[in-house]
Amino acid sequence: MRQIDLGYLMLSGLVFAIGAVGVLIRRNPLVLVMCVELMLNAVNLTFVTFGRAMNDMAGQVIVFFVLVIAAAEVVVGLGIIVAMKRRQPAATADDVSVLRG
Amino acid sequence: MELFPSDAVFTPDVSWVALWPMVVMALGGLLLLTISSLGKGRIPRPFYALWAVLTSVGSFITAIPLWAQVHGWEDAVLWYDPEVDPTGPFSTVGGVIAADGFSVFLTMLIAVSMVAVVLVIEAYLDREQDRFPEMFALTMFAALGGMVMVSANDLIVLLLGLETLSVAAYVLAAMDLRRVQSQEAGFKYFVLGAFSSAFFLYGIAFIYGATGGTGLVHITDFLAANVLLGSSGLMLLLGLGLLIVGFAFKVALVPFHSWSPDVYDGTPSPLVTFMSSVVKVAAFAGMLRVLVMAFESAGADWRPVIQGLAVLSLVGGALGAIVQSNVKRLLAYSSISHAGFILLGVEAASDVGTAAVVIYLTAYSALVIGSFTVVTLVARSGDRLHTLTDYQGLGRTSPLVAGLFTFFLLAQAGVPFTAGFYAKFSAVIAAVDAGTAWLAAVAMLSAVIAAYLYLRLVVTMWFVDPAAETDTSHVGVPAAAGIALAGCAAAVLWIGIFPNTLTDWAERSVPAVVQPAPPNLVESGDEADADVEFEVGPDGMPGMPGPMPGEMDFGELDLESLGIDPAELEAMLEGGDLGFDVDVEFEDPPG
Repeated sequence: MRQIDLGYLMLSGLVFAIGAVGVLIRRNPLVLVMCVELMLNAVNLTFVTFGRAMNDMAGQVIVFFVLVIAAAEVVVGLGIIVAMKRRQPAATADDVSVLRG
Repeated sequence: MELFPSDAVFTPDVSWVALWPMVVMALGGLLLLTISSLGKGRIPRPFYALWAVLTSVGSFITAIPLWAQVHGWEDAVLWYDPEVDPTGPFSTVGGVIAADGFSVFLTMLIAVSMVAVVLVIEAYLDREQDRFPEMFALTMFAALGGMVMVSANDLIVLLLGLETLSVAAYVLAAMDLRRVQSQEAGFKYFVLGAFSSAFFLYGIAFIYGATGGTGLVHITDFLAANVLLGSSGLMLLLGLGLLIVGFAFKVALVPFHSWSPDVYDGTPSPLVTFMSSVVKVAAFAGMLRVLVMAFESAGADWRPVIQGLAVLSLVGGALGAIVQSNVKRLLAYSSISHAGFILLGVEAASDVGTAAVVIYLTAYSALVIGSFTVVTLVARSGDRLHTLTDYQGLGRTSPLVAGLFTFFLLAQAGVPFTAGFYAKFSAVIAAVDAGTAWLAAVAMLSAVIAAYLYLRLVVTMWFVDPAAETDTSHVGVPAAAGIALAGCAAAVLWIGIFPNTLTDWAERSVPAVVQPAPPNLVESGDEADADVEFEVGPDGMPGMPGPMPGEMDFGELDLESLGIDPAELEAMLEGGDLGFDVDVEFEDPPG
């Protein structure tokens, strides 16, 4: 096993944390979707880093699966946001509050 | 020098018997979408319901040969083919799909649940005069994802199943265009679902980094052979923790449960039957296979976490339900409490525990589909009447519906001679058996608290006079919903009174660690001129995709067609610097 490049791991951890914090504190539904994307791409970077350290192609192949998953999720997420915005054009995540939660 | 030419193609071993239930479900969903787009509203809606029911039944029937192949032919119910020998548990598609008692039983459970769910959706669409063939197609795709999850033998395949399931479920939650709560529910489910998927995936990444692979069998072997210390051990723990957080979100365990009451409340009622049965079954199956099978040797690390989540869910679910005035939210909290009970079986990390989880999931599916079918019917047109006030006096206006609901609620509370009692009993036994009697005591205590909320609902239905604003019209039972209700009630009684059959099945439904079959290099045939058997070291072997330790018997190979020169191979063997042991018997020794 080659030495793991800690820099990349720390970068991906940082990006993941930015995404996670963003999901928790931002209000705009579109920004929420972007934050989820940040988290998934941070994971991709982690996979590539480990795959490179172990000289194993699987890490890079997994990234393609994750990309497809992320794309599918965004399509559905944007669809739901459009359906929601049609009813309440100025909706932010705070207005989504008919349900107590 | 490499043994195999660089353009040699390795194809995984594919056993279609194991894949047919999923293929039928996928094709059924795709064809339904195609037909509904081409038909442009000219096809009557019951046709789609019938199609979805037939697909689910077909998926169940194609699982029977698989059951027979895993458990032996004499146990096959309908299917008999003496040509094929039972092989016991096996794995296929390069070892990423497991076919063992666990996956077969839960695949069948999902198929049966689907039949009931489709019938309830049909009854709902008929009442609302809606045409949503997509509703059937999406539940079918979600069920496909669930089937992939219960059979997944690789973390990435588990994730693919999970996403197939979840993405379809997000849309299902937002399906009711008239109620703004439905879109809200869809959005909340989407954001939290995607959020938890990211955690889950990050967990997989760290486990991949720590163990060098994502296959569950690989992880099992790796952890059994290695003790991870220092940074690798830390990475494994981090990965395991993130994975558990991902699962906890998906099955709604306290403190990761906040989305579930909102989503249950907003989602169209018939689809809640699906979310609380198939989705839970699939997520718990994935959790059990990953934790109990792959991370068995790390049990000391994850068992305390699961015990903590179980206590929180048991108590939090029961207490949270008490203050609810909305029946759907109340049942959502009750399902959180049920999830705590199922965790008792997971936490036990034993065969007894696994059987308890299977029993609980089966009983719970019947109970929860029945309960939410009643909720769907009582909600009346527009899917709007869900408060406790709306249930006042239901016993007088609609005794049949109220009676069935009472039966399902009492069964959920764990009254003897019902499935609920036997399921709770199995979970408690599993916890005691695993040496965590204190957890069993907490579970029984929480069942007492939970009994209060079920009884409160029962009392509201039978002994409270309807308020002025209560809709006192009679609640009829359409034929489709009636079949689903009768099936669920029969299953609840049957499991409660004759639990032996289910116990017998559940005890054989244990995930099995099965080494992947070697990849196919070439068909063995008349031209074979060498019998090759490799013993590969932990680093894999040059030219082979991925690390694949263990013994591989390639059987009879035709060396010429592979582009391998027998003389060259012989020279390599003499040299002894291959990095792995190879045993070749030449039929016609070169030189």
